[in-house]
Amino acid sequence: MSDLAVHLEHVGKEYPHFILDDINLRLTTGSIMGFIGANGAGKSTTIRILMGLVPPDRGRVEVLGHPIPERQAAAKMDIGFASEDLRLYKPATLAWHMAFIRSIYPAWDEQYAGQLLKRFDLRAEQKIKGLSHGQRVKASLLLILARRPRMLVLDEPTTGLDPVARQEVLQELMEVISDDQRTIFFSSQNTLDIEQISDQITFIDRGRIIDSGDKETFLDRWRRLRLDVPSGVRLPTLPGIVDSRSSGRLAVLTTNRYEPAMAAAFQHAGATVNAVDTMTLEEIFVANVLSRREGRAA
Amino acid sequence: MHSDLVISRSDGRPMYLQIMEQIRQRISVGDWARGSEIPSIRQLAVALRVSVITIKRAYLELEREGVIVTQHGRGSRVAEHPDLQPRLYDEELAHHLEQVARLGELLGITHEELATRVREAADCFERSIHE
Repeated sequence: MSDLAVHLEHVGKEYPHFILDDINLRLTTGSIMGFIGANGAGKSTTIRILMGLVPPDRGRVEVLGHPIPERQAAAKMDIGFASEDLRLYKPATLAWHMAFIRSIYPAWDEQYAGQLLKRFDLRAEQKIKGLSHGQRVKASLLLILARRPRMLVLDEPTTGLDPVARQEVLQELMEVISDDQRTIFFSSQNTLDIEQISDQITFIDRGRIIDSGDKETFLDRWRRLRLDVPSGVRLPTLPGIVDSRSSGRLAVLTTNRYEPAMAAAFQHAGATVNAVDTMTLEEIFVANVLSRREGRAA
Repeated sequence: MHSDLVISRSDGRPMYLQIMEQIRQRISVGDWARGSEIPSIRQLAVALRVSVITIKRAYLELEREGVIVTQHGRGSRVAEHPDLQPRLYDEELAHHLEQVARLGELLGITHEELATRVREAADCFERSIHE
């Protein structure tokens, strides 16, 4: 059995106004992948393809060892999927939904469902139509988690949640991962959530994957250097500088291949390195997208 | 046992460095005894709600520094003679010295005067701990 929970190779899909191009993804069992992209970047299309909801035009998709879409039914017994498109039945209670899911999935864990009710501060006898947005999100998650699936695919699970609910959801996702045979793939526009719990990070923009890798390496590679460049000093052209701005003597360079030698090279050229700043995932994402877009336009 | 480690968002340092520093503190004050077992990477990740890969990195660096020992398949423990002379404090010192230099520049203090004041501060601190 492969130790990849998700494996996409050269996946493509064409729509009249949008093209998903050459998507390659590998997610190791036991880890969490955060999938980041702007609105309309292709996140949801990619998720629909890996759930078998949309057949790709090209390429190969495998989830939990099952080829998708051919063997999607088998794969889905072990996948918990949540997205904004999936709604609960408003006139019914949460208890009704729990009984419904329990009747379909033999792995349903009633005791765990009870714990989740408490931790999420939900009441089973309440009707869905009386729930707030945050409560509905948590209710959907409860219905998925209590099945104890080996894989979670979550499209924007924390969007629209208040800070307390967000931490409750993140805590539950981490609890899932305490079993190293379980895997989570989640998309988000909230880079803070992704930075906090993801092991792997993938950026998508305009239907293409623009960067993918483990989070620690990601955060390590990117730095912002603030330099004092006296007039007459020319900075050497170094590989991996994705952005450079200057006003007067002060220059700010952004790099995606930082090494201490880089700062040394600038010092050697006559500039003073005032600071080498680490960057947040959000800053990295924005710098990455902008530099790629400029690169492609040129 | 380990939920008292905290990750600060407003601390500019990477999360793995914050975790390393706090583990070192736990060990130096004796909360985590020498030779004793420490939480597995996954346990600590769940407790702190932080990626497995981040905790893994903190453990790897602590192992490299001789603070903890990881035996494959048997978890990690605090080293019998942990080397708590941390590179981290060195980095922190360098950082603070840089701030001192920057403030000195800002206030127009000469380098000699700056050195004198650092020496005075050290003397003053030394007196305070011997009192």
